[in-house]
Amino acid sequence: MTSTVTSPDTEPAAPRPPRRRRTRAADRGVNRVFRWVATGSGVVILAVLAAVAIFLVVQALPAITASSDELGGAVNRFGEGESLLGFTGPLVFGTLLAAALALVLATPVAVGIALFISHYAPRRLASALGYVVDLLAAVPSVVFGLWGFLVLGQNVLKPIWAWLGDVAGWFPLFSGQVSATGKNLATVAVVLAVMILPIITAVCREVFLQTPRLHEEAALALGATRWEVVRTAVLPFGRSGIVSAAMLGLGRALGETMAVLMILSPGFLYSFKILAAGQQQTIAAYIAADFPEASGLGVNTLIATGLALFVITLAVNMFARWIVARRKDFSGAN
Amino acid sequence: MERHVKLSRISRAGSAVLVGALALTLAACGSDDPTGSGSAAPEESAAGDLSGTLDGVGASSQESAMEAWRAGFQSQNPDVTINYDPQGSGAGREQFLAGGAAFAGSDAALKDEELTSSQEVCGPDGAIDIPVYVSPIAVAFNLPGIDSLNLAPATIAGIFSGKITTWNDQAIAADNPDVELPDTAITPVHRLDDSGTTENFTDYLAATAPDVWTWEADGVFPEDISGGESAQGTSGVVQAVQNAEGAVTYADASKVGELATASIKVGEEWVAFSPEAAAATVDASPRVEGRHEHDIAVEIDRTTTESGVYPLVLVSYGIACLNYSDAEQGELVKAFLSYIVSEEGQQAAADAAGSAPLSENIATDAQAAIEAITVG
Repeated sequence: MTSTVTSPDTEPAAPRPPRRRRTRAADRGVNRVFRWVATGSGVVILAVLAAVAIFLVVQALPAITASSDELGGAVNRFGEGESLLGFTGPLVFGTLLAAALALVLATPVAVGIALFISHYAPRRLASALGYVVDLLAAVPSVVFGLWGFLVLGQNVLKPIWAWLGDVAGWFPLFSGQVSATGKNLATVAVVLAVMILPIITAVCREVFLQTPRLHEEAALALGATRWEVVRTAVLPFGRSGIVSAAMLGLGRALGETMAVLMILSPGFLYSFKILAAGQQQTIAAYIAADFPEASGLGVNTLIATGLALFVITLAVNMFARWIVARRKDFSGAN
Repeated sequence: MERHVKLSRISRAGSAVLVGALALTLAACGSDDPTGSGSAAPEESAAGDLSGTLDGVGASSQESAMEAWRAGFQSQNPDVTINYDPQGSGAGREQFLAGGAAFAGSDAALKDEELTSSQEVCGPDGAIDIPVYVSPIAVAFNLPGIDSLNLAPATIAGIFSGKITTWNDQAIAADNPDVELPDTAITPVHRLDDSGTTENFTDYLAATAPDVWTWEADGVFPEDISGGESAQGTSGVVQAVQNAEGAVTYADASKVGELATASIKVGEEWVAFSPEAAAATVDASPRVEGRHEHDIAVEIDRTTTESGVYPLVLVSYGIACLNYSDAEQGELVKAFLSYIVSEEGQQAAADAAGSAPLSENIATDAQAAIEAITVG
């Protein structure tokens, strides 16, 4: 991130040197080897992505082309006459709902933490806090899952959900019988939010730190308070950064497996009842839950749902890129 | 100038990393070697003169018992390596029939068409099922102050299908006159994954309470039961129940821990689970008919009225060929299965996995079946 800041020792008066020099005589020996290594690394990442995509398509094909009767025979959960699309639909819905809720919970908090670190906290506290947030990212998701299932869901959130169901039961999101074990999508969303908090915070912090000093000083000179500086200079500058940070978080939330598997009581419905048990399921957790006993066409069906997740993640990332690219010109960075 | 300094720093760091990596590699080799030669050298006079590698695939229910069996058998036969891949019953049978595994573990006996196709890998006599692992399934619940309840099959079916919703429901109260039941809401918790425990539990309910439980036996809990709480794996459901008052689940009896368990109604008696009662169930159940004389596939009699049996059990089989063309593999399978069904093997599984040792009758028949396996 910081590498994009122009280094101070560049001489401003010198004419711009041509950036590419690989056809020069210097391109031999170590230089050439390094160029190959770098190019190779770039190609490898593309090849891996292509390999995953091909694997998913090839392995999913038998399930996509199979009739619903055949699928019903291979997969226990298939209803009579259900199509693969009809089967995957609720899973896609559950995945998106869980990730969206997590994002709604996490983004404001992450932006708050990032602003605190970049503009409010004393320098020493800021670096310590940044370190702690990064540490949060290193906690394995299975630990988050256990914590969410055994502690957070049952002891902390269960009473809150019960209260919410009592008070706001008329609201579609909070309707239905509140789960007695705390194993519902609301708990999942809270745990996912905690899991994606570090990545959103880290990216936002870097972006906020890059707010041009002149913008902030100009705002201060006009008599702005610190909050007004943040509102008029920092946030407009960082808007595209916040969006791309949120999308990075969304990508992680979409694919999160272990935590969802351990916390959620799944169901296969198009249901917005996030406090009730047995309503929704996410694709990743479904694959993890059913793979151990799946065989033949059952495995193909699981991979077909995995393909759906791959497409969704790809779409989310491309959407984020598009937003960032579109916003770049207006963000004030130039 | 500065650039030069940077470069040298990088290369120094690089070489340090390289040296470190090399040292690690060497250290790894160094520590690896002695153990390698140690295990290769025959330290004690081996009890068996068997050697080789045996691969099995199958049910995850047998996994912890299989760990004990592998350890026990390999300590008797140091030159033998047994591998068991707990991919699941279906996958186990499939790979066995495709010739990919020498034996399979399965929560269900071979189906008729699978027996026919087993002739391709096993020769004209085909394959046989041998019960190796019997485990009672307990109905466990969390009600503070209540250690035991009597639950009739229809009541259990009512609870798990959501028709009985509070603990002081008349159906429960009628069978437990001496217990003061709270009006706590019942939260049934089931397995979210495909499992042999669920299959045996739903089979029991479908057989004993067909009026209430209208679903067929299946490894996946019926989805159309609304408000289903569920958890991953045996430990998942047990944990979920432990922390929610009024919750109830079904689980491998050895894993329910502190939870209170229910006695189920068999005939006119109330029977609590016990290893003996579980083993007696298998003993009392009829064999599946029309099979090879040495095939011991039992059709568990869930509706039995016999005294002292606990029909809510899971029976898992070892599946092997009656003839192995590869003599070495055949001898290994025979010796290993023979160890499994022996008193020692069954006790090892009981200690490690809490399973119920096979009854004497079944164990004798199983040994006879294993003797009948031919090699070469």
